[in-house]
Amino acid sequence: MQKITRDILVEKAVSLLENGTVCCVLGWKKGEFDYDVTPALFESKEEIEKDFVYDDFCGANFSKYLVKKTIKAEGKILVFLKPCDTYSFNQLLTEHRFDREKVYAIGIPCEGMADINKIRAIAGDGISEIKCGEKIVVDTIYGDKHEIDAKDVLLERCINCKSKKHVNYDELLGDEGEVIESNRFDEVARLEAMTPDERFAFWQNELSRCIRCNACRDVCPACTCEKCVFDNPKSGVENKAPANEFEEKMFHIIRAFHVAGRCTDCGECSRVCPQHIPLHLLNRKFIKDIDSFYGEYQAGAEVGSRAPLVNYTTNDLEPSEVFEGRGE
Amino acid sequence: MQRIGVFVCWCGSNIAGTVDVVAVAEALKKEPGVVFSANYQYMCSQAGQDLIKNAIKEHNLTGIVVCSCSPRMHEATFRKTAAAAGLNPYMVEIANIREQCSWVHKEMPIGTEKAIILGKAAVAKVNLNTPLVPGESPVTKRALVIGGGIAGIQTALDIADAGFEVDIVEKKPTIGGKMAQLDKTFPTLDCAACILTPKMVDVAQNEKIRIFSYSEVTDVKGFVGNFDVTIKKKARYVKEELCTGCGACTEKCPMKKVPNDFNLNMDTKRAIYIPFAQAVPKVATIDPDYCNMLKNGKCGVCSKVCAAGAIDYTQKDEFIEEKYGAIVVATGFNPISMDKFDEFAYNQSKDVITSLEFERLTNAAGPTAGKLLRPSDHKHPEKIVFVQCVGSRCDACNEKGKEYCSKICCMYTAKHAMLTRDKYPDTEVYVFYIDVRTPGKNFDEFYRRAVEEYGVHYIKGMVGKVVPEGDKLIVQASDLLDNKQLKIEADLVVLAAAIEPDKSARPLATLLTASMDTNDFFTEAHPKLRPVESPTAGVFLSGACQGPKDIPETVAQAGAAASKVIGLLAKDKLTGNPCVAHSNEMMCNGCSSCERVCPYGAITYEDKEFRMPDRTTLMRRIAVVNPAVCQGCGCCTVACPSGAMDLKGFASEQIIAEVDAICK
Repeated sequence: MQKITRDILVEKAVSLLENGTVCCVLGWKKGEFDYDVTPALFESKEEIEKDFVYDDFCGANFSKYLVKKTIKAEGKILVFLKPCDTYSFNQLLTEHRFDREKVYAIGIPCEGMADINKIRAIAGDGISEIKCGEKIVVDTIYGDKHEIDAKDVLLERCINCKSKKHVNYDELLGDEGEVIESNRFDEVARLEAMTPDERFAFWQNELSRCIRCNACRDVCPACTCEKCVFDNPKSGVENKAPANEFEEKMFHIIRAFHVAGRCTDCGECSRVCPQHIPLHLLNRKFIKDIDSFYGEYQAGAEVGSRAPLVNYTTNDLEPSEVFEGRGE
Repeated sequence: MQRIGVFVCWCGSNIAGTVDVVAVAEALKKEPGVVFSANYQYMCSQAGQDLIKNAIKEHNLTGIVVCSCSPRMHEATFRKTAAAAGLNPYMVEIANIREQCSWVHKEMPIGTEKAIILGKAAVAKVNLNTPLVPGESPVTKRALVIGGGIAGIQTALDIADAGFEVDIVEKKPTIGGKMAQLDKTFPTLDCAACILTPKMVDVAQNEKIRIFSYSEVTDVKGFVGNFDVTIKKKARYVKEELCTGCGACTEKCPMKKVPNDFNLNMDTKRAIYIPFAQAVPKVATIDPDYCNMLKNGKCGVCSKVCAAGAIDYTQKDEFIEEKYGAIVVATGFNPISMDKFDEFAYNQSKDVITSLEFERLTNAAGPTAGKLLRPSDHKHPEKIVFVQCVGSRCDACNEKGKEYCSKICCMYTAKHAMLTRDKYPDTEVYVFYIDVRTPGKNFDEFYRRAVEEYGVHYIKGMVGKVVPEGDKLIVQASDLLDNKQLKIEADLVVLAAAIEPDKSARPLATLLTASMDTNDFFTEAHPKLRPVESPTAGVFLSGACQGPKDIPETVAQAGAAASKVIGLLAKDKLTGNPCVAHSNEMMCNGCSSCERVCPYGAITYEDKEFRMPDRTTLMRRIAVVNPAVCQGCGCCTVACPSGAMDLKGFASEQIIAEVDAICK
């Protein structure tokens, strides 16, 4: 299998930019440190050749950026999509959030991205330099050097990867993968098996760490509302000061309800959470319930699919029948 | 800030018996916005309404809360009262302190406390109410009747008689329904066909009535006065306009082994058939499951013998779209399946039959030409056992049958027993019953004639088991009055199977958004006061689709439904419901969630230009609600992820204010 490297992507991006297919490129560039790679919009060959990065820290899902960027762009935007990103891409198309005509999507295969927190756990603090390659090589300011196998420090979402298949693209680099039978619901099942008190204690512990930085919402490809309820003065919850340290639970629960049936389980919320709250578990609980009540449904698997929660048909079951497990 | 008046009704002692109405009025006076409060014995009386009108004028009220019975009862009354005093009718809120409070509580302190809380919630809502103005919509002056049995026929005739156009959609190839299959009708014993077929002919000849036979309603959109209905005319492979009904094809068709459903499969018909001699329309129909020409292209006899050239093997299902102002449901009933009643050996022996099969066996046009012969050996039965309540009046936990009384079985069983004894006096007839229920005009007299004049053996008790033995059926039963077990060697056992709504009713109810009870009978708008209207505006109920009924009751209800339809179609314009959804375009994402959940197809999208703060313009897709089509169900408001969609009169903000008032 062809290994996708930075050079291949740069070459592709530059040629599409130069032949006029696209007017700009959504890609990754290095942040302050080697591991905080951030999304960036490149408009020239020079910018791309100078700053474009592709390594084990390119976890960011670009789908959401297209909502705002396609409005302003004069021509097509080139976007690189990992398999999981294509599900978000499709979901946004289903919701008419951007114009497909204004995007040139290139699917790139993915073997999983690295979790800096796991690297920190091995290498300790003070990381000065990280080189990605066969092994991830970490240098610290204390002069330590660690060679880490990328497989040992994968993001949670990559360990439980649900699909290596691209569900939407204009061009595919490398080989197409398959949808995977993952164990992503195991942790949800473990929580379900708890007593209500245990479960409450678990979430109280997790969510009480929330600092309401809104990173989860801001990164979430399902959170693209013109006006978020949490920013709407009329909603009654805007900028509300929490009455106690656990009131933030309401924020996360309301958000989970808002994205229910639309969340593709891309895992961005947990990836960006600075407090390491496993937010994806809330969304996965909804996905698991929807699967069991209404039959398996993967948001974003195809454009225009009618999610069970927002699909009226004359054969709809009564709510009582759904709870009796008579749904398909 | 609103100026709110609170009016607490005693409803005689209905409310005042368990709620301290004076205390409620006093407590609500302290709520924000309330400037006036009063209590009165009957707020709905003329004097009570005058009290409200005067208060509105004297205190310049901008909104009122009436603490009284359910809004289903008097909301319209008090809205009219408010309008008469110059107040917008949608500034009225009802706090239901009767059905939801005084009737369910026994102790005064608890009742009073809850009444105050319900009142507070209503006040909180009125504080956020805004005046609403309903729109008007025209009325399509044509009615649709779904089902062509006696109920549908009578309704159609009555509507047509008033000068309005009516279409009947019947899923079978002919109208007539169950009544066409009956032999005689109780309690007068006139022949069913003799009284039904002239009406069928009237329908066929009436210029105002169109019959879509062998057709189904597949889609209903729109609302009262303006329904858009799609009707599927199933391919019958015969051109209706050419077929003369001569029957030559039905005699020559070589496929003779087709079960004849009109005779409940007790004999056979041809693959091309006319259900019965008096069918309307009298047009042949090909059964595609049996026709050799349609199955493998080999035959074509019918098309050769058809002088009119009416046979068309290439015919396809046809979809017709039509507009209607009103829809009448007359989908009728069926006997329940006897598959779960193994104890009566229905599936083991051909000589255990249902009462409807008995009707066909005694009908001159039936499989035995009216001679009462056993289906198994065509011998005359000498001992017949009738079993009543098979599947009716079952325990709620018994999954085999129905909890309700099927109502017609006592009378038709008495009829069958009497007719048998009349025609064949040598036949012994037993009827096993739980009770005999005969509360109709001349019904009890009829039943007593069966017992006293015709010597039918009525035995109180249920049959436990029927066992086929040789050519006999051993009926084991108990006689509860004599307190002994009986064993009867019968030749024929007739089961009075419970009746249930036709299976097509449930999907139809969904299409019409008409409500049903747990037994799939359509629900009335009010069980006593609006028995022929469904709660869905513009949808009316006729016949057994609403509950078990005999023919006289069905015809009476059919006429009543027709009169309601005529009342509706006589209007030129209808006032709409202003409590409809609307989308806040500044917040709408155009994501299509609302459109996907809308049962009425009321939501569309448009691209709209928005002026941005930096003087640029931006095209955005936004949802637009058609207020004439929206029914205000609120599905869209919960599906909307951004909260752009809201319901006028029931805004999320108002509901939350009510909840807050209750929880405070």
